[in-house]
Amino acid sequence: MTETLPPLLPLLVGIPLLMGALGAALRKSKRARHIISLGTLGAMFAFSVLLVIATHDGTVLAHKVGFWDFTPQVAIPFVVDALNSLVLMIITILGITSVMFAMATHEARSRFYHPFVLILMAGVAGALMTGDIFNLFVFIEVMLLPSYGLLAMMGAKLGAHGARIYVSVNLLASTLLLFGVGLVYGTAGTVNLAELHGAGVEDPAVAVGGAVILTAIGIKAAVVPVHGWLTRTYPMTSPAVTALFSGIHTKVSIYAIYRIYSVMFEGDERFLWIALVVTSLTMLIGVLGAIGEKTTRSILVFHMISQIGYILIGVGLFTGLGLTAGIFYLLHHMIVKASLFMSTGAIEETYGTGEIDKLGGMLKREPLVALTFMIAALSLAGLPPFSGFVAKFTIIQGTLELSHYWVAAVAVIVSVFTLLSMLKIWVGVFMGKPPPDLEENALAYQERMHGKRYLRVQAQAETPTLTIGPPTAAMSAVLARERAVRVPAKLILPGAILAGITVFFGFGAELLMLLSETAAENLLNPEEYVEAVMNS
Amino acid sequence: MSISIAIGLLTAAAVYLFMQRGMVRIVLGFVMASHAANLLLFAAGNTAFRGVPYIGTSDYGVGGDPLPQAFVLTAIVIAFSITMFMITLAITTTKDDDTENAEESPAKLLTSADTEFSRNTLITGAMAAGTGGAHASPMSPVHDFEGRDDDSAEAPNADQQTGQRQTRKDLP
Repeated sequence: MTETLPPLLPLLVGIPLLMGALGAALRKSKRARHIISLGTLGAMFAFSVLLVIATHDGTVLAHKVGFWDFTPQVAIPFVVDALNSLVLMIITILGITSVMFAMATHEARSRFYHPFVLILMAGVAGALMTGDIFNLFVFIEVMLLPSYGLLAMMGAKLGAHGARIYVSVNLLASTLLLFGVGLVYGTAGTVNLAELHGAGVEDPAVAVGGAVILTAIGIKAAVVPVHGWLTRTYPMTSPAVTALFSGIHTKVSIYAIYRIYSVMFEGDERFLWIALVVTSLTMLIGVLGAIGEKTTRSILVFHMISQIGYILIGVGLFTGLGLTAGIFYLLHHMIVKASLFMSTGAIEETYGTGEIDKLGGMLKREPLVALTFMIAALSLAGLPPFSGFVAKFTIIQGTLELSHYWVAAVAVIVSVFTLLSMLKIWVGVFMGKPPPDLEENALAYQERMHGKRYLRVQAQAETPTLTIGPPTAAMSAVLARERAVRVPAKLILPGAILAGITVFFGFGAELLMLLSETAAENLLNPEEYVEAVMNS
Repeated sequence: MSISIAIGLLTAAAVYLFMQRGMVRIVLGFVMASHAANLLLFAAGNTAFRGVPYIGTSDYGVGGDPLPQAFVLTAIVIAFSITMFMITLAITTTKDDDTENAEESPAKLLTSADTEFSRNTLITGAMAAGTGGAHASPMSPVHDFEGRDDDSAEAPNADQQTGQRQTRKDLP
């Protein structure tokens, strides 16, 4: 398997790009676009599972794109080891569930939704696999360009304000990344990560270039003090897009930080204190920022920042246990966060608001959504038996192992605050009595969202030129006020799948923990990574 | 030396423009910043070597370094496409840009000449979607994701659109 798989790696980037183009070209058929999108994402998932199996024993697969064999510096290497195959696997799961969610909210009917998602996934696969810093920049841009489109298209109800901030900040970070690449090339003469192995330790000039790159990626990962953009953009788009982005953009950046620090700096101990200070601040400021927020999504976005702090503790420790915990936390967090965005998003999409004050009594009204939310929220706060408990427990173990008691204290305090915030959403949205105008507001929202479609069907009787299907029977009944507004099952399902995964990884943590350990081993000993690239 | 000075000046200009109010100035700032980054990449490849970069065409030590040139080409394309997108964001809306005086915003300046024209051609992208696609021009990449399917979108002209909007209002 290690012989046949590497030449297939570029397909992970090429196929989604091609399918995205095909989807955009198919003007006529929504169904074809749905099938292409889900099929491609499913194939990517299957391939990434195959990669996880192939790399679970610490094997590193490497391929030079185009079989270019002239000089190692010029070829573009794609490298897959346990870490990036795991991240890719989870990201494809998120892609599938968020596309399902977007299909349920009807956003996926837009001609460019599926193509954007597929190009985004191509960029993600490339950014995860590439073993070359300049290519990392290129693939991050490939990933960002469709994101700009998605953010502007789907968030337009709230104006282009969020999209402007998002594009500006990301372009600034990308330009900084480009400066860093230039500095590294100027000082080390290469941008191939394998050739840069240890360069950050030996040569301070390269270390400065590497620091510029890490800073730029840190902006994209929304690490305090450069986190402000995240909380001002993610709540400004639709819940489906927020759920998709939450698991992808910041997490790919975190992966890049892990990888670059492992290979280029060899986990240099001199700079680890910076990471620990920054992560502690990120945890604290993120969780404190959530206190003043009034909508479910903005609370969750602030929590995302604090969780990014937890994940980066792994880099700050750079021990076997610390890295294992950090990687486990990363994988767990991607699933749980998307699940939370989807369960609260289901309510937001149905009742027309995510404001805690305007919602209430959902436990009786929507018991399934409540259950999904509760599982994911308890997992996020780190309570057993969910995957969050294992993740937090090992992280704190890792900090105690190196006697960083203050980091451990911050981690424990922050998780108490996390639980408090989750309780705030729980009490505000799910408990208590529904506000008297809940049903009217929901109807008004449904009419605004689906009414146009409904009216078109009415108009179709007179001028039968439009070939659109009727709205679903349930939606018609709601609009005709024959039925109360309810969250449809297809909106609950994606979040519930992810909640199921966190339960699975809570009880079966051993499996994911072993894989994370292998990934951590690979990060601790980048020699294998380097050898695989040089000999591919 | 001259290249370092140019990088410094461009970066300073970029930072100055980032601090200004208004999206268009920020976009211009990004143009400067990406030029600075491209020059830095060129400088990284040592500008003293100016021979043809193909192997075997120049003497050893004379041929230029092809890699930074490839980097710069790629970076230019990326920066160009994002600049276009940002300019689009700068001119699409008037209301939600709090860095710009609404009366002097580019969108306003562009639309004041001919309102009907602007409604049908200029308002695209985010703003068009903001109105649920009702104001989207036929050229707009953003489609009303609830109803209008692409096969029915034989470029509905302005009259039809207005008609549809009125019907919607009339209905209870």
